[in-house]
Amino acid sequence: IVPTQGELKFHYTVHTSLDVVEEKISGVGKALADQRELYLGLLYPTEDYKVYGYVTNSKVKFVIVVDSSNTSLRDNEIRSMFRKLHNSFTDVMCNPFYNPGDPIQSKAFDSIVSTMMVQAC
Amino acid sequence: MSPAQWDLPPELCCRPMAFVALTGLDVVYNAIHRAIWDAFCANRRADRVPISFKVLLGDHEYPKCRTKRTSYEWYIPKGILKTGWMNKHLNLVPALVVLFYELDWDDPQWKEKQSECATKVEIVRTSLQGRNTKVAVVLIQKKTPLPPGEDLVASERASALCGACDLSGKSLFVLPHTDHLVGYIIRLESLDVEYLSFAVNRNFYIAEFIYKDPHTFHVLSCRYYRTAYSLVHELRAHETNMLEIKTMAGFINYKICRLCFQHNTPLDAIAQFRKHIDLCKKKIGSAELAFEHTAWMSKQFQSFGDLFDEAIKLGLTAIQTQNPGFYYQQAAYYAQERKQQAGQLCSHEPGVVYPAPDPLETPSGALDFYGQRPWRQGHQSIDPPDSEKEKQGILALQVKERDVLHSELVIALLSNAVAQFKKYKCPRMKSHLMVQMGEEYYHAKDYTKALKLLDYVMCDYRTERWWSLLTSILCTALKCSYLMGQVKDYITYSMELMGRASILHEEQKSRIEKNLIKVLMNEVPQPEPDCDLTSVKTAQSLWSDRISLAGNNEFTIEVQDYVPFVQCKAKFLYPSFHIDEPVQLHVYVRADCPHPVRFSKLCVSLSNQEYNQYCLLEDTSKEKDILETSTQENMCLVPGKTRKYCFKFVAKTEDVGKKIEITSVGLMLGREMGRYVYLNWRGGWGDAASSHETLQASRSFKRRTRLPEQQLDWDTVTIQSSTMIISRVPKISVQLTHEPPALTNEMYCMIVTIQSEEDTVAKDIKLTAGLKPGQDASLTQSTQITVNGSEVCDDSHPALLPDISLGDLQPGQKPLYIHCMSTGSRILLFHVAYSVSATVEGKDINCKCHKDETVTLETVVPFEVAMKFVSSKFEHLERVYVDIPFLLMMDILSASPWPIELVNSEVQLASSMTPIDQPQSQVEGVTLQTSECASECFLLKCPPVQNGTSTVASGHYFISWKRKSAFAETSVVRTIVILPHVMLENIPLYVHAELPSFGRVRESLPVRYHLENRTGLVQDVEIGVEPSDAFMFSGLKQVRMRILPGAEQEMLYNFYPLMAGYQVLPQLNVNLLRFPNISSQLLRRFLPSRIFVKPQGRNGDTSIEAA
Repeated sequence: IVPTQGELKFHYTVHTSLDVVEEKISGVGKALADQRELYLGLLYPTEDYKVYGYVTNSKVKFVIVVDSSNTSLRDNEIRSMFRKLHNSFTDVMCNPFYNPGDPIQSKAFDSIVSTMMVQAC
Repeated sequence: MSPAQWDLPPELCCRPMAFVALTGLDVVYNAIHRAIWDAFCANRRADRVPISFKVLLGDHEYPKCRTKRTSYEWYIPKGILKTGWMNKHLNLVPALVVLFYELDWDDPQWKEKQSECATKVEIVRTSLQGRNTKVAVVLIQKKTPLPPGEDLVASERASALCGACDLSGKSLFVLPHTDHLVGYIIRLESLDVEYLSFAVNRNFYIAEFIYKDPHTFHVLSCRYYRTAYSLVHELRAHETNMLEIKTMAGFINYKICRLCFQHNTPLDAIAQFRKHIDLCKKKIGSAELAFEHTAWMSKQFQSFGDLFDEAIKLGLTAIQTQNPGFYYQQAAYYAQERKQQAGQLCSHEPGVVYPAPDPLETPSGALDFYGQRPWRQGHQSIDPPDSEKEKQGILALQVKERDVLHSELVIALLSNAVAQFKKYKCPRMKSHLMVQMGEEYYHAKDYTKALKLLDYVMCDYRTERWWSLLTSILCTALKCSYLMGQVKDYITYSMELMGRASILHEEQKSRIEKNLIKVLMNEVPQPEPDCDLTSVKTAQSLWSDRISLAGNNEFTIEVQDYVPFVQCKAKFLYPSFHIDEPVQLHVYVRADCPHPVRFSKLCVSLSNQEYNQYCLLEDTSKEKDILETSTQENMCLVPGKTRKYCFKFVAKTEDVGKKIEITSVGLMLGREMGRYVYLNWRGGWGDAASSHETLQASRSFKRRTRLPEQQLDWDTVTIQSSTMIISRVPKISVQLTHEPPALTNEMYCMIVTIQSEEDTVAKDIKLTAGLKPGQDASLTQSTQITVNGSEVCDDSHPALLPDISLGDLQPGQKPLYIHCMSTGSRILLFHVAYSVSATVEGKDINCKCHKDETVTLETVVPFEVAMKFVSSKFEHLERVYVDIPFLLMMDILSASPWPIELVNSEVQLASSMTPIDQPQSQVEGVTLQTSECASECFLLKCPPVQNGTSTVASGHYFISWKRKSAFAETSVVRTIVILPHVMLENIPLYVHAELPSFGRVRESLPVRYHLENRTGLVQDVEIGVEPSDAFMFSGLKQVRMRILPGAEQEMLYNFYPLMAGYQVLPQLNVNLLRFPNISSQLLRRFLPSRIFVKPQGRNGDTSIEAA
């Protein structure tokens, strides 16, 4: 979904979406600390993109940015995408050769992400 | 075209009010009319119906209505909405004309007045011909009207008037001119409203404003607007009328959204706006004028944002994800796009000039219809009528667009958005927008403002470690600082862009580094890429000016706010250093830049600034060019390699026990003579990114790869930013010689031996000895210490003897005496302090050293003294009798592990006892070993006492003793033992026997018994002797007699022993008839019970005989 030209713009989009993520976590945290829904739903709509958020229990944040015109992806599809992403991320973290804090360099993770991209396009 | 072209016309934005014309009022000369007019105009509060009033003359000419055409087609080619239309309907054509007329129901000239009124109504009607305007008549009356229905004349005349004027009954009002004028007026107004219909009925299906009443008005007009909106979009759209359609759609959309917000249905407003945008987004129109579309889009978002914001001010609550900020942001986005398109479409050759004659000029100076082209107004066909004119027109528009200050528009919108996002807790969005603002300022060449904004948000991105974004901001900031010739900023941003926080490519970093070195050498740096050429020229001259400027060439950068390309870690080698060893400090420096870099100075500031001079590394080769970097050099930082700099200094003796901290580390780049920058690490390490890196490194379980010799893994360098200076390790030995345990009350001797192992003389030795502080308080009271062992301590001696000065010491000894008055263990402290001179690193220092020695001392009782009273027969006595001698016996049992010499002992008797012989110590000079016992006894008797029985005190027993020690001279201790009390009793009869010390078998043994009456009474005494197997005897076997007071009776017996050995004597029974409680058994205690009988001597054993 991410073309290289607008990379900076996407960085900004993801970065600004954290405002909403933060607000949502702090709001939810009070009410249901344990059984929190990890999927945060649509964070905010912009003219061109829809930004969806997902936060794991260890506060790892995933953000998916979808083209506004893409109507094939409904809430449920996005949710399952996040779940897949989360699972794959967990696998990466469980890898004993992975060093926390390093950028992820996992073929499995990459392929999961790219299949999702292909699906979306 | 002016930017105002895109603004909504003011008639559209104002709150639509019904226009009501009042006629027949003479406000200038008639006071009553004036009052009525004031009542209408003044006090127009919000709760009153929105109506704008105007007083017009009765024969006022209203705008003429165009005669209705029958043909529908006629309208089409003209346009949608005439520019004057809204103004006309708001301010020129009234919805209602109210005719005021002074007429009472009982007016005498009723008929004339009625027809005059009708004429006036007719005049108004005529002038409003064709308009959908209502007419109402108000009669101003002087009399208060009767309740409706009662005044028959009134109702009759009213209907007559209505008939005459062709009015319905509802359009006739009566305004009595009384006190309650305002009240009537308000009522009148609300009645008016029912009649107001803002007839907006154009054939172009624009909405009809129906002022039915204030509530349905909104809903209804909204519905009309929606219809109008959808109809606008049903129009055939093509390039020529696209602008007109969009303009109209924008107007109507604005009205709908505004009504929705007013009606408190913001979601409807948002939905309508979204629909509007979705519909119009693709309607770009002429490609050559694409900027028009984006300008229009921008305006749409902006006005919606304004509406939204206005609604919020009136009480609507917005949320984080739905607030006006988003619309302003989008507006800004379109404005940016407009700028871009304008840049592409309007960059004509320099020769192209504004076309003449001006195609945008219209004969009237204004457009007839909204959204039409000035050069082909009213033209409605698909193709432009004149292609040449069209070209000229487009060119004119483009040239005009070129002059628009786009950046200003963008910045204004962005700052609106920033204000909104600030309100709705979106700090990141705010930062993002501020970055965009900064970039826009950069494009607008307002570099100061750009830099200010960018610098402000930079730290947010830095703390969030979003390096890609930070890099992009830094790049812009660097350009700004270059173009302004800001040296310090330029250096700062360069340093960060070269460092690890930047994601720039190696070659870009390399370029920046080269520029940085140029700047540090006071040269003009190469311009940054993609900069405006004219600005670059100014910048270059600015930079050259900087070179000639003498001062202001030193810069300090506080590293903790940035992530520069040099990292530093400073640490003390150990957490503490002895004063006699040099303090060692290591500074690790590492650079992340692409090329090796040389620095000219490295200095460490410590909390005690006197040491700073020792922690300084300076470039000695000042003349050398700093570009000449040789990697071998000490002051050259090779990228990716960690360099270690070691510093050593000798701490001052005053700093013993103090902490030395690294306050900062400074690294100087550039030359002190020229321009230099000073990187300052507060606390000796760490920039804006380090703390997280350290955390990550500590979490990481990456294997530490072994690096070749002299190379360090940066992450493994730990921080030790402070160290303690502690006193020198003493080279003396303190030995304690003593013989534990101590004995209670003894002057316990401890010998402290201090042995100096120093190379030089240990001066000023001071010994502090005694009870270690912090123990039980009772120990302090029962422990005394002195250096004088010849006398026993008293309370004046302290438990801790401080600072016993021993002078300069060649090894020596010191005896100390400790007086422990209670048993138990106590800890004694021996603190030896001295000073000695030492040489560290060729520097003489006078070190103070001290050594502590503690010892736990047990104190035990030296001996136990047991005392008892016994009879002369050594029988235990429970009580003693008056004038009858008894023995006091002392047993001294040694409990000390060491031998004790009893020096003397003495009994000091109480007055109630008297010694029989001269009491002299029998244990003098006796030495007792462990658990040995010494005894002595004294023969005593008690003089008579007043009453029969009492407890008397016996006195005191003193034992003088000392420890028998070969090791030290000990002093004599006098221990006092209090003798026990004893029961003293009188006895009525005292019996004692007189007999030889032994008998011999078959030899007569004379025994004389004395019986003394010790009472003042005559006593009857019964005496009997019991027979015994061992003796025969002669004498009275049983007798009864009387003994006079104080008299003594003697009884003589001759015993004749029959058996040898210890024999029991025949028992003498004495019964006192007067004192039955005195048994013979008790009295028998005074008599001997046995006697040794020797066997009969054979052959006349003379030796025995003699004995």
